[in-house]
Amino acid sequence: MIGLWTLLKKEILRFWKVSFQTIAAPVITALLYLLIFSHVLEERVQVYPGISYTAFLIPGLVMMSMLQNSFANSSSSLIQSKVMGNIVFLLLTPLSYWEFFIAFLVAAVIRGLVVGLGVYLVSIFYALPPLHHPLIMLLFAISGCAMMGAMGIIAGIWADKFDQMAAFQNFIIMPLSFLSGVFYSIHSLPPFWQQVSHLNPFFYVIDGFRYGFFGLSDVSPWLSLAVVATSFCVLSWVTLIMLRSGYKLRG
Amino acid sequence: MLPAIQIEQVHKYFGKLHALRGIDLTIEQGEFFALLGPNGAGKSTLINLLAGLLRPTSGKLSVLGHDVVSDYRAARKALGVVPQELVFDPFFNVREMLRFQAGYFGCGKENHPWIDEVLEGLGLADKAGTNMRALSGGMKRRALIAQALAHKPQVLVLDEPTAGVDVELRQMLWEFIKRLNREGTTIILTTHYLEEAETLCSRVGMLKQGELVALDSTRNLLERYSRKSLRLRLDPPSLPAELQPLLRSQENDVYTLALQETAALEGVLAKLRTAGVRVEDLQLVEADLEDVFVELVRQ
Repeated sequence: MIGLWTLLKKEILRFWKVSFQTIAAPVITALLYLLIFSHVLEERVQVYPGISYTAFLIPGLVMMSMLQNSFANSSSSLIQSKVMGNIVFLLLTPLSYWEFFIAFLVAAVIRGLVVGLGVYLVSIFYALPPLHHPLIMLLFAISGCAMMGAMGIIAGIWADKFDQMAAFQNFIIMPLSFLSGVFYSIHSLPPFWQQVSHLNPFFYVIDGFRYGFFGLSDVSPWLSLAVVATSFCVLSWVTLIMLRSGYKLRG
Repeated sequence: MLPAIQIEQVHKYFGKLHALRGIDLTIEQGEFFALLGPNGAGKSTLINLLAGLLRPTSGKLSVLGHDVVSDYRAARKALGVVPQELVFDPFFNVREMLRFQAGYFGCGKENHPWIDEVLEGLGLADKAGTNMRALSGGMKRRALIAQALAHKPQVLVLDEPTAGVDVELRQMLWEFIKRLNREGTTIILTTHYLEEAETLCSRVGMLKQGELVALDSTRNLLERYSRKSLRLRLDPPSLPAELQPLLRSQENDVYTLALQETAALEGVLAKLRTAGVRVEDLQLVEADLEDVFVELVRQ
């Protein structure tokens, strides 16, 4: 257990030591989204009856920040240590692939939750969304971050250079998170795009998370939970297979 | 007593490249062993197989009796490896990094005094709080060695540890490594500085194109493969026909002859005298590991 705990501690300290970049920056970015979108749309859009657009937007922004940052944590830690070469210090140790997986995943979840909490705390100055089901909210927060932490490990192992990582982030993570209903309800979309949105797992994480706040959602929260849990299990399974085989890590 | 390292019929392919061709090698506990060979001979591949960074295509490797694939946890615990490249984690200072490294191997607070000892022994004590990025090249090299030692391994593998390191550090480093060896740590070294291998190591293995072409005690190798060299400046500059078979090289009026033993000198001088060739200058050069190396690589 000491080995696992040490790796987890190191992974947490790694982002904590550069918290301006890893925590403050995403909080400020989310705040800017909030200021601009709520300024432009507050008077024009009301998604759920009796809930202001700003209040509707907050859980979406919190979850989007959590998803992006939990992905960034495991992926950037791995790609950096691969490019720098210091990943060798981990590969030389008796740590098993399970310990490796758990440490990277838990650190990613913690980074996601810390950023999410930061975004929530600064945004409630603008509007306070109700909190109908705190446990469901927390369940989606943790499972969403875990799903992205696993995806970050996959990307970090797969990518050989920063360029490939940027492609993964810009062509997969960004479109999935922007087209997931963070800024709107998918009911406002044309039927074709509503169907497309249902194929995006990020939509379910955000919809379920929003249910935790408002008790209202586009689809059933249990369906969302099932999709998120399945996505997490599939991604973890792929990650563990990659780690066990030593794919791109051990020749 | 279990051998420190046992390698049996190890082959490694990289695609079509047959990098290691059936290596058999046993290194006993407490040895100071040198693994030599030209670039691309397979030294680093062999070390990476031991460390678990690569997997063998076939064959078995074990550290203190623990198979490096099936019993990798115990094998890696017993092994400390200093990688060839100067790599470091830019987020932490030296002490933090060493404590993390030991922690990965399951060492807790009880190991902290040992880390202080390593820092002291490698002259890193006053840099313990410095971030890795801020260290000079030589200091980074020391930190790299300290990292391999952090969990107090019984077998230490140093892959080109003194490449690009100044003389003072090299001496300090070897003093420390010799002390570890005296205290029982098995040391395996690859180096390009053959004089280092000659003075430090009791046994030498030489790799060439993925094969172990020599494996013996340093003394035996020196005796078996190398001869003494006799450098002569002759007047007139011509070598009698019966001495031609001994000729190794010639540069203007300087002739270098190979001698099996010092006693043969007498005969060479007598033949020169008979042929009326005067010896203007004479130098007898002892063979070193470099000669053995050159000779084996040439074969």
